[in-house]
Amino acid sequence: MDKNGRWDHQLIYNLVESTSSVLDLGCGNGELLARLESDKEVTGQAVEADPARVSEAIQNGVAVYQKDMDQGLPEFNSKSFDYVVLEKTLQVLYRPMIVLEEMLRIGRSCIVSFPNFNYREVVEKLMRTGRMPVTASLPYQWHETPNIHLFTLNDFLDWINDHRVEIVDGYAGNGLDYRPLDLSADSREAEELFFVLRTGKLI
Amino acid sequence: MTDPLNVCLEKNKGYDLPDSLYSVGWTRSKRVVLADRENPLPLDCGISFYPVTVEYETYGTLSAAKDNAVFILHALSGDAHAAGWDADWEKDNRPWRSTRPGWWDEMIGPGKAFDTRYYYVICANLLGSCYGTTGPWENNPQTGKPYALNFPVVTVEDWVRLHVRLQVHLGIDQLLAVTGGSLGGQQALAWIINYPERVRSAVIMAASARLGAQGLAFNAVGRQAILSDPSFHGGNYYDSSPPTGGLELARMLGHITYLSYQSMEGKFGRSFQNGTKPCYQLNNEFSVESYLEHQGQSFVQRFDANSYLYLTRAMDYNDATSAGDGDLAAACAAIKAKLLLMSFSSDWLYPPGATRDVARAVLANNRPVSYIEIPSDYGHDAFLLETGKTTPPVKSFLEKV
Repeated sequence: MDKNGRWDHQLIYNLVESTSSVLDLGCGNGELLARLESDKEVTGQAVEADPARVSEAIQNGVAVYQKDMDQGLPEFNSKSFDYVVLEKTLQVLYRPMIVLEEMLRIGRSCIVSFPNFNYREVVEKLMRTGRMPVTASLPYQWHETPNIHLFTLNDFLDWINDHRVEIVDGYAGNGLDYRPLDLSADSREAEELFFVLRTGKLI
Repeated sequence: MTDPLNVCLEKNKGYDLPDSLYSVGWTRSKRVVLADRENPLPLDCGISFYPVTVEYETYGTLSAAKDNAVFILHALSGDAHAAGWDADWEKDNRPWRSTRPGWWDEMIGPGKAFDTRYYYVICANLLGSCYGTTGPWENNPQTGKPYALNFPVVTVEDWVRLHVRLQVHLGIDQLLAVTGGSLGGQQALAWIINYPERVRSAVIMAASARLGAQGLAFNAVGRQAILSDPSFHGGNYYDSSPPTGGLELARMLGHITYLSYQSMEGKFGRSFQNGTKPCYQLNNEFSVESYLEHQGQSFVQRFDANSYLYLTRAMDYNDATSAGDGDLAAACAAIKAKLLLMSFSSDWLYPPGATRDVARAVLANNRPVSYIEIPSDYGHDAFLLETGKTTPPVKSFLEKV
C-alpha cells in the first residue's frame, strides 16, 4: 500500500524494474512517476490533459506533456518505453480502443487498471435500488461521473482475445487488498482489475 | 515548503521597491567588448563583425563551482535591465526606468521563480538593439557616423553566438538554464540546439520553432510604417528628427498582436475615452484607441526605429528547423538540455500548437519534455503577466535540474 492507499500504485511500484523507462498516461499529480524516478532510477515521461495537474506534476519533478489522449499519441515512437501505464482512466476516455492500441504500440509492456462494472456490490446495488450504483471504486452520482465507458472483466477479456494480446500478469483488488487474478471467480468478485499486457506473438 | 518570502510575495501586488525583501535592489549595467579586430564575430550573413560591445546585468552570486547561472533572454523591445531598479537611469539618460523596475522583475529576485538567493542571473542586450549593445545607432568606427542601415543583418543564431562569448567571459562552462518568452524563447531554443554542451536546461515560454506567416505579415507592416515615415531618410535620421510616427504605428500594431480578443474586451470593451456617448469625431474616441496611442508614444521615447527593423527581421528569419534541414525533430536531436515549454491558451502570435510542435519534436527523439498550456486570457503578453501561474512550475523545474 502506498501512502495514498492506492494498491495499484504499490503494485506498479513493485513490478516496474529498476532503470527501465515508463510512460505514465493520465499521471495526475505525477506522484507515482516521481517515486519511481527517485527510488528505482526510472526514466519517466508523463501525459496529462488537465493543466492544473500538469503544473502539479511538474512541481513534483516529473517531465509531463499536456495532451488529450483521445487524439491518439502519434508523438511517441513504437516500442519506445519499457512500460506504458494507464491507471483507472480507460473508462473516462472517449476513444478507449485507440488509447489501448497506442499503448500496445508504444510500450514493450502495458499496465492497465480499471473498475469492474460486474463486481457483485455494483450489480446488487443496481438490482436492489434500480439506480446507478455508487461504490468506493465508482464514487460518483450518475450526473457528475466522468466515467463514460464503464465495462466489465469479460468485456476486457473479449478485447484481449480479439487483439491477440498476451496477459503477462493479472490482479484483482477489493478495497485495499489485492490478489492474483482468478479469471472465473473475479468476473463477479473483483472490484478493480489490474493487468500487465503485451502484444501477442504474430501467428 | 514554508518560505516566508513566498507568503509575503502573494500579498504584494505592486512593484517591489528597491528596498523590498523581494527586489534585487538597485542595479548597474556593465559593458564588455566581446568582438574586436583580432577576434571578430562571425555573422550568418557572412560578415566578420567588430567591434561589438555588450551591455549586461547580473543579479545574485555566482557559486564557487560556477554551476548556478541562469541566462535570461529578452524579447523584441527588452533590454539587459530584467530586474531591480536602475541606479544609473539619469546618467544613462533612460528616464523611463525611474518609475518601474526591470521588465521581468516579477520573475527575478529573492523568493521569485529565478530566485537570486540561489541563482546567478544574467541578462544581456541584443546585438542590433538600442540599450548599450552595439546597434545601428552606434558610430561605425570606419566612418565616424552611425551605422544606420549599413548595420549588418543579424540573426537569432548570431545573438546566441555572441552571448556564448559573454558566458565564456564570465567563466561559466555550463549554464544552469537559459530562459525567455517570445523572441527570448526563440533564442533559448537556438541555444540548446546549437550549444547543447553549454546549457543544462531551458524554460521556453510563448515561443515556437519559427514565426508563422501571420507573424511575418505583422512584422512586415510594422517595418513598412517606419520605412514610409517621411522622417526616416533611409535610416539616417540621427542628426534630425527620428521617424517617431512610423515607429509609433509599428508599436501600436505590435501591441494588438500581444493582446487577445478576451483581454481587449475585458480591458477596454467598447468604452469611450471621454464620457459614455460618442463625440462624433474621428480621433481618439474609444479607450482602446487611446491605449494603443499611449503605448506607441511612450515606446518612441525609448526605442530606435532602425533597431526595430533589424530585430523584427531577425525574428522573421529565425527557423529552428533549419538545423535539421527543415525537419524540426532532426534539429532537436542535438538537444541535451532538460526542457520546460509553456504556452498560453489565448496567444495567437505564438499559438499553443506551435509550442507543442517543439515538444513533439523532442519526444520524437525519445527524450523527456515538459509541455504545459496555461489557461490565460492575456494573449501573447501572458508570459509577462501570468507570473502567478508560471512561477510554481518554473521554480520546481529549476530545483531539479
